[in-house]
Amino acid sequence: MAAAAAALDGGLRVVLVDSGPAPGGQFWRHPPDHARETLPTGDLHHDLRTYRALRAALAAHERTGRLTLLLDHPVWTTARAADGFTVHAVDRSRPPEERAVVLRAPALIVATGAYDRQLPFPGWDLPGVLTVGGIQSLLKGGGVVAGRRVVLGGTGPFLLPVAAALAARGAEVVAVCEAGAPSAWLRHPAPLLRNPAKWAEAAGYAYTLARHRIPVRTRTGIVGAEGEERVAVVRIAALEGGGAPMPGTERRIEADTVGVGWGFVPQLDLLLPLGCDLADAGDGTMAAVVDAGQRTTVPGLYAAGETCGVGGAALALSEGRVAAVSVLTDLSAPGRPGLRPPAAERRAVVRHRAFARALARAHPVPRDWPAWLTDDTTVCRCEEVTAGTVRAARADGSAIDHRQVKQLTRAGMGWCQGRMCGPAVHCLVAARAEPYTPAERLIATPLTLGALADSGEPFTGETPSEPT
Amino acid sequence: MTGAAEETDVPTAPAFTVDGEPLAFVPGQTLAAALVASGRVAWRTTRGGQRPRGVFCGIGVCYDCLVTVDGRRGQRACLVQARAGMAVGTGEGDDD
Ligand SMILES: Cc1cc2nc3c(=O)[nH]c(=O)nc-3n(C[C@H](O)[C@H](O)[C@H](O)COP(=O)(O)OP(=O)(O)OC[C@H]3O[C@@H](n4cnc5c(N)ncnc54)[C@H](O)[C@@H]3O)c2cc1C
Ligand code: FES
Repeated sequence: MAAAAAALDGGLRVVLVDSGPAPGGQFWRHPPDHARETLPTGDLHHDLRTYRALRAALAAHERTGRLTLLLDHPVWTTARAADGFTVHAVDRSRPPEERAVVLRAPALIVATGAYDRQLPFPGWDLPGVLTVGGIQSLLKGGGVVAGRRVVLGGTGPFLLPVAAALAARGAEVVAVCEAGAPSAWLRHPAPLLRNPAKWAEAAGYAYTLARHRIPVRTRTGIVGAEGEERVAVVRIAALEGGGAPMPGTERRIEADTVGVGWGFVPQLDLLLPLGCDLADAGDGTMAAVVDAGQRTTVPGLYAAGETCGVGGAALALSEGRVAAVSVLTDLSAPGRPGLRPPAAERRAVVRHRAFARALARAHPVPRDWPAWLTDDTTVCRCEEVTAGTVRAARADGSAIDHRQVKQLTRAGMGWCQGRMCGPAVHCLVAARAEPYTPAERLIATPLTLGALADSGEPFTGETPSEPT
Repeated sequence: MTGAAEETDVPTAPAFTVDGEPLAFVPGQTLAAALVASGRVAWRTTRGGQRPRGVFCGIGVCYDCLVTVDGRRGQRACLVQARAGMAVGTGEGDDD
């Protein structure tokens, strides 16, 4: 949104393509506009002022005809063309109908965000166990509370807004289990001190959690879930320094819902086929390499937000604006962006990036997490491949990455194409220091053969289009 | 929690059917949101272990929430906006 608004302010024509029913991404996930009255979710959001300003700016540009806003349009692939890029999307705004849409643009900004990183544990495939992002998306997008008694676990600051949002909507959050240790923050105080806004936000969550008497247990992990048709009991344990459960500390808590998240994995599906370089993001994932102007290593291709490394919404906004200014500069479009000078925006990017790195260091995926797996724990949810099978593939077949494990065991070969099990399988078989690189998927979203068949004809010859 | 629809200008809440049974929803909700609001977190079983599955990631990446919508198999309930009169099918057969 920020990139599109900045590019439009600078005089470009923009096509904004989003698979969601309303603009805003994951942070400002909203029900579709027609449901604003029936599904009020404003109380769950932060910095709505910025969101509303961006929506107003986009609406004004839509009226002048320079912005084409394509919602409910998942992009299934992108390709390089002689004079720029081809973007292949499906129009799903009138289900069950699907229509192929092909866009051409001289410049492309990809800001496809990220998804929750998951680590398996016994019982994690029971209904009632959700990703923390999934709980949040039900709340923000549908006004729905996933359960009554909830235990949250994993690592990272994202557990706190989800706990606060659940409490605000009447769920009982029995415990928040943070695998990390808060003292890790104190070892890297500088980037934190330079980001007072983040402290204010954290203080807000701390207040909400205290008011609802939600205990946050540090160095604690969810090591199991039990139940028949739905989770009924969560097992939690104190964790040793490396993350293995400490013997004798296990406790059983009754709960009907569990939310788990271990940070996020950048969504690189649209970038990988274009061949841009990736680099270690410092949190166990790979992200797009960009220069100070958010240019990837592919000419004409820009990336912003979590695709350049997970770092939060404020960073994504700044990066989006910087990317738009680069597009304007590179296409030498007329007019100037009516925004803060890029130098200030770039400083904001540097500051937020440093903050994100400090957070990643404070909330690593614990080295010894596989200690809570049993041989029959499901690792790949789609193909129902167990930890024992994956470990055997490493031992017998000397598989050293998740792609080889996939060939040997089918882990990662199902519907989700390894998005859920990939990072975990990677940890189980690869060298410790190596970050997870997602497999290249030719098709980012399933589509009907009919839609594929009529995708030959370009739909429009617009100037820069920006899937976000 | 938004369980049943609270409509002021429409006398009855809109509904879709799940395996023939009507389920009310609030306009703007996805099929998954409406199912969860009604207390259901699982609506299909896996091919291998016959394990119950429902919504997990909520954003279209895990494919646990698959349903058949108006005869189209393999649809992700967390992405499809509920519409009045939609026929949603659950259970086995959505996993292949
Ligand atoms: C489920 C979830 C919930 C989150 N909730 C919060 C929260 O409550 N608070 C918080 O501080 N942070 C939250 N985060 C983190 C937050 O999303 C990021 O910090 C921030 O949104 C990053 O912005 P972005 O623009 O990089 O990506 P996003 O906001 O994720 O935006 C990516 C956009 O790209 C679209 N997209 C992706 N792939 C395609 C495709 N193939 N075709 C078309 N469109 C596509 C998506 O629909 C989305 O609108 C959440 C993350 C996730 C995954
Ligand atoms: S819940 Fe993950 S795809 Fe729908």
